[in-house]
Order: sequence, then C-alpha cells, then structure tokens
Amino acid sequence: MDVLIYLIPIALFLGLLGLAAFLWALRDGQFDDLDGAAERALFDDD
Amino acid sequence: MTTSSLALQPQDGTAEPGTSQVQPESAAFMVENAHCGGCLRKIEREVGALPGISSVRFNLTTRRLSVQHDGALGRTEEVAARMGALGFPARPFDPDALGSADAHAEKMLLRAMSVAGFAAANVMLMSVSVWSGSDMGEATRSLLHWFSALIVLPAVVYAGRPFFKSALGALAKRQTNMDVPISLAIMLASGMSLFETIRGGEHVYFESAIMLLFFLLLGRYLDRRARGKARHAAESLLSLDNTSISVIGADGRQRLLPSKDATIGMRVAVAAGERIGVDGRVVQGRSEVDTSLITGETVPAALDIGDQLFAGTLNIAAPIELEITAVGEDTLLAEIVRLMEVAEQRRGRHVVLADRIAGWYAPVVHALALATFLGWTLLMGAAWQTALLYAVSVLIITCPCALGLAVPAVQVIASGSLLKRGILLKSATALERLAEVDTVVFDKTGTLTEGGVMLRGDLDVAEVDLRLAASLAAVSRHPLSKAIAAASPETAPAVGVEEVPGMGLRLQTEAGEVRLGSRRWCGIDAETEDETGPELWLATADGRYVHFTFDDHLRSDSEATVADLQARAFSVAMLSGDRPKAVDAVAETLGIARWQAACTPADKVEKLEQLAADGHRVLMVGDGLNDAAALSAAHVSLSPASAIDISQAAADAVFQGARLEPVAETLRVARSASDLVRQNLTLALAYNVITIPLAVAGQVTPLIAAICMSASSLIVVGNALRLGRGGSSWTS
Repeated sequence: MDVLIYLIPIALFLGLLGLAAFLWALRDGQFDDLDGAAERALFDDD
Repeated sequence: MTTSSLALQPQDGTAEPGTSQVQPESAAFMVENAHCGGCLRKIEREVGALPGISSVRFNLTTRRLSVQHDGALGRTEEVAARMGALGFPARPFDPDALGSADAHAEKMLLRAMSVAGFAAANVMLMSVSVWSGSDMGEATRSLLHWFSALIVLPAVVYAGRPFFKSALGALAKRQTNMDVPISLAIMLASGMSLFETIRGGEHVYFESAIMLLFFLLLGRYLDRRARGKARHAAESLLSLDNTSISVIGADGRQRLLPSKDATIGMRVAVAAGERIGVDGRVVQGRSEVDTSLITGETVPAALDIGDQLFAGTLNIAAPIELEITAVGEDTLLAEIVRLMEVAEQRRGRHVVLADRIAGWYAPVVHALALATFLGWTLLMGAAWQTALLYAVSVLIITCPCALGLAVPAVQVIASGSLLKRGILLKSATALERLAEVDTVVFDKTGTLTEGGVMLRGDLDVAEVDLRLAASLAAVSRHPLSKAIAAASPETAPAVGVEEVPGMGLRLQTEAGEVRLGSRRWCGIDAETEDETGPELWLATADGRYVHFTFDDHLRSDSEATVADLQARAFSVAMLSGDRPKAVDAVAETLGIARWQAACTPADKVEKLEQLAADGHRVLMVGDGLNDAAALSAAHVSLSPASAIDISQAAADAVFQGARLEPVAETLRVARSASDLVRQNLTLALAYNVITIPLAVAGQVTPLIAAICMSASSLIVVGNALRLGRGGSSWTS
C-alpha cells in the first residue's frame, strides 16, 4: 500500500493540470464563441 | 471579446484623417442577419480588406464583431457602411457598458463548475477505494480521508459561492429559497466529514457534498446559457445611446463626440442616412425622418426647422443641423427604458415554482433533522456524535439535488428545442408563466401583419403608369418609393431623376416634367379628399394624376394560428393603435371577435389590467413602441424579432421569421414543459419519502447516499429529456 504515497499525489497533480488547462482556455476566450469555432473548423484558408 | 472602448473617442478634436497622431483603437459592433459560417467568413474577409484594419473577429454566438484599426477618424463608420452593404447591418456599441456583469456571472459559474467537477472526480478515487477496501487498515483509511478533505474543502469554499451568496441574500430578506437547504446540506456534510476525519471515524461524506455541488452547478450553468442568446438580442437596445455624434464647434469645425459626452445647447450636424444619437430641435435644413425604431411607424415623417427629433430615429433625406435639447437620462429613450424597468420590477414578484416549494420544504426537512438528533440522543440514548451524524445524513439525503435539478433540466431542454424553432426565451420564469396563459392578445401592425408598406394589391393603376412611377422610384431610398419599385422589379431606374427631400421626385422628359411624391408636390389641392393611409401621387407629363395607396399584408399563417389557438380554447383578442376600419377588416378575416381599435399605449395597459382583474392570464404579442408598456404589463409577452429593440427588451420571449406559428408553438412547449416539471417534482419528492426513513434510522452510509443522489438526479434529467424526444410530434 506504500505505493499510494506516490500514486495519489501523481493522480492529483495530473487532475490539477487538466483543471489548470481548462481554466486557462476559459480565460483565453476559447469558449466565447462555440458556434463560430464549429464553423471555423471547416474553413480551408486559415 | 477583447476589452475595448468605443472607437472615435475624441482625441482632443485634433485627429483628422491622414494625420500621424492617431493611435490604434478597437471598435465593437452588434451585427444583424449573420447566422452561419459562410456569413462569418464573408464578414471577416470583407471587413479585413478595408484600409487601416489590423484584425477582425466575428463572434457567431453573440453576433458581435470586434475590429482593431489604426485609429484614423471615420474607421468605425467605414466598417459599419461596408457591413451594411454586405447585408449585415452593424451598429457600434460600447462593450464595457453592456452585460459585462452577466458575462462575468456566467464565467464564474463555469469556473466553479470545473473546479467542482475536478474535485468530484478525484475524491471518488479515494472514496471508492475506501468503500471497496474491506481489509483496509485504519491508517490507510484515515490517510485517504485526509486527502479527500484536502481536495473537497477548498473546492467547496470556491465552488459553493454562488449558492452561499444567494442563500445569504434570501435569509437577509427573511425568506428562504432553494439555495438555503442546499447551502446548509453542503456545509454540514463538509463540516461533519472533517470532524469525522479528525476523530478517525469510519464514514465521511466529502464525495456527497462535492457531487451535489457539481450536479447543481451543472444545472444552473446550462440554465443560464440557454437564455444567453436571447439576452444578447435584447441588449442591443442599450447600444442606441452609444452612437457618436458630430458636434459643430464655435469655429464652425466638426468633431466627433460620444453622445454621452454631449451637453444641452450644442449644435450637431446629422448627415443623410445617419442615426440620430440625441434628442434635439432642427435649426437648419429640411429632411425626412424614419421613426420606425421609436414608433413602429413605417412611413417617414417630414421634418422642418423647429421640429423635435428623438434619439434613435434615422435622418433619411438630407443633411440637417440640430440643437440638443436633452441628453442622457432626460432623453425619450432613457424615459422609455425607465418606464420598462418599473414594469419589469412589478413582474419580478412572480416567485418561481421551485422557490415556492423550497418555502415549505426547507423548514420540514430541517425540523426532521432536528427530530432525528433529539430522538437518537434522548430516546435511544446514543452518543451525541452518532446522533449528529444521523441528523446530518438526513439533511444530505434530503438535500434537494433532484429538486434543484427538476426545473432547470426541463427548462434547458425546452428552451433548446424552442431555440431550434427560432424562439428565444429571455426570462427564467417565462415558461412557467406561459403554461398558465388562457388569453392571447395580439397587436395588429407588425404582429398579425408583416408591418412593411406594400403597394395595395387591388389598386387600379395602368401598367404603363406603374412602370413610369417605378422608373423614378427606383433611384430613391424612401420606403414608399421602394414599395413602388418592388411592385415593378424589372423596371430600370430612369436617368436624371432629381430628389427633393420631404417632397418627392422629378424627371425632365421631352414631353414635360414628371413628378412623383406628395399631393403638394404634384400640385393637387391638399384638402380634396380625406385619405388615411400613406399615399403617393404621380403627375405625368401629359397632366394626368395617378394615385398610389399602400397597405400592410397579413402574415401568411396568421389565420391558421388564430384558428389553432381558438381551437385549443384560448380566447383571442386584438388591441391596435390603428384606425377602426383597418382593424375591423383584419379582425373579420382572422375571426377575432374581441378587438379594440385606436388604442393608446395607456389604453392597452388598462385593457390588460382589466383582463387580469377578471382572473385571466394574458399572453401579449406585440412589436411596436406603443406595445412596450403592454408587453411589460401582461402576465407574459412575446415579440417578433422584427420588433423594435425596446419591445424585444420588454418581452419575455422573441420569435424569429415571417410566420406567426411560433406563438402557438411556444404555448404548446410551455404546457408540455410544465407537465414535465410537475412530474419531476413528484419524482423528487417520492425519492425523499423512500430515503428519509432510512436516514432517520441511521442506515445511510456514504455509499448509499452517493448512489441515491446520483440515481435521483439521473431519473429527473432522464425524464426531462423526454421533452426533447417528443419534439417531432409537435411540428406535425
């Protein structure tokens, strides 16, 4: 069970990384225009 | 959206085109008619190609365009003009002044939800280990409990704020709402779990507390988003007094000023085609003004020196100069906004069903928890810690997770399915109020009818005269001219037509002069006939006079919709500001027995209040400024998307498109939604009836609590989803 000492912090760290990435994306405005983003994916020229 | 200020801030009045003192600026616009990826691409490409533009970003969700430009004077106008030419009318606005509080609240909810989601997922890692680890040592279990506490406690403090704040707000007013029991359950569950962790106890409820929070935040966020689009539509009202105006200084030079910086007595130049940003009196020039935004009147009014003009109207014919008579809070527009706020507050007293339930639910549940505690300590002689544990588990299990989701889950799906049909719900309580409606009152112009001017279909005009008139009319932007040109679309515009603002058009031909315009313009004695509707006269070169009259067409499905509503036992009435003759004709065609013509806005409100006093729940459907007060006064209101912004702001929901059928559709969806909400509440209460005895008996372990809460939430959401699935049957 000693392995828990490493595994739990690692699991939490990875989780926090994901949360941080999401909060960054939110602050960066990537969720401001979900409809537009869906359409932009189809454009050829940019 | 980038943070930016309205472009055209006065740079000491020194910034002129071409000078090097300009600084990069950003400008934001509200855009109409752009709904698809193709529009998005076209807008960004075409606007980006304009000189001096460094970046363009169009937000398809909020229909707003933000542009970075080099700051030269007039860039905002250039962009607006280009957008107009592309068929996407754009209006500049100040993003800082608009809905930033709302946007902030939405982001706050999303952040809280993501934190709660993260914590819930990770704490489950610990909890599932504890639940399944039957041979787990006390030390390991304690370690896992401490880790859980480490994750959950900060997350609860951060993510629980929306609920805590709202609960405190309600308690401060000596009321309860749904957030009071929610907050209490979350705080008690966390606090007691911490206590148990310190004590080295067996059962902690960290995962229940955070899961509860996550589910509730999810419901609340979705609920907010569903109404976001409609809010954006209505916000454009506020952009009106953010236009810039060109002020004429003492030295005769013009400079641009945001209209909020204007003062009374300033002289303002208004170009032809410019929207007027202030209330003022004409001091020079003669023109025509389009007041459709304020009055809903589609025919432009003539304008002469001394006439009063209001912010929001459009100068169409010729340049004029105004002297400002009112600014800011004193303008007509501000006055109307104020009136509507008063009406809105009156309506704000409607208590949502969920809060009405919370009003008796919370005391009952809290009394039950107290009884459990007292029962176990006094009657069963249990230790107070154990008794407290059982009492808190009663609170956790009864925490209205399902109850809190019961209404939002249905609302999200109902507004989503309405949105697909082009109906935007603005008010949170609109669905509840719509379901109670028994009477539908329509406005006539712009609601039952399409609201535009069109050449009368039954007009007795020779083909040759119509073509002659159309050849003159094609060069003019006047609405009546446009209507004539539209009646004969293949006619090419004549060369050499001269337009005299406020009077009409003339064309020199070999045979003599041809005129198209008002009676006076064509030389007809003004008092010969008592004509009511808008009219135009054509004076031909050989001295004949031809009379054109205009009317307004019914929406294509007005008759079917009214019949449908009457068949479903709604009582239908019509209140119009128009002439009795015109209203009677429409009422007869549509089969509406109860109608009243020549209503002032106050008459309409009075009539609605009288209906309400008779115990009717009235749905008002209207579009004009004269309906705005009535829309606010009715039990619930709908407005077409073609309505003026003020009416859209007053209405609870806005429908798009040329058809009237969405009115019936909205009522149908609202009734189904109301049924589902009732079912959901019954399910949530049934769940409590089953689980509360378990909790009181002290049989609810954290695992059982987690399963029960998830199951009840899933059942409620699943039941709400039936609304979406039944969708196909409504359209047929």
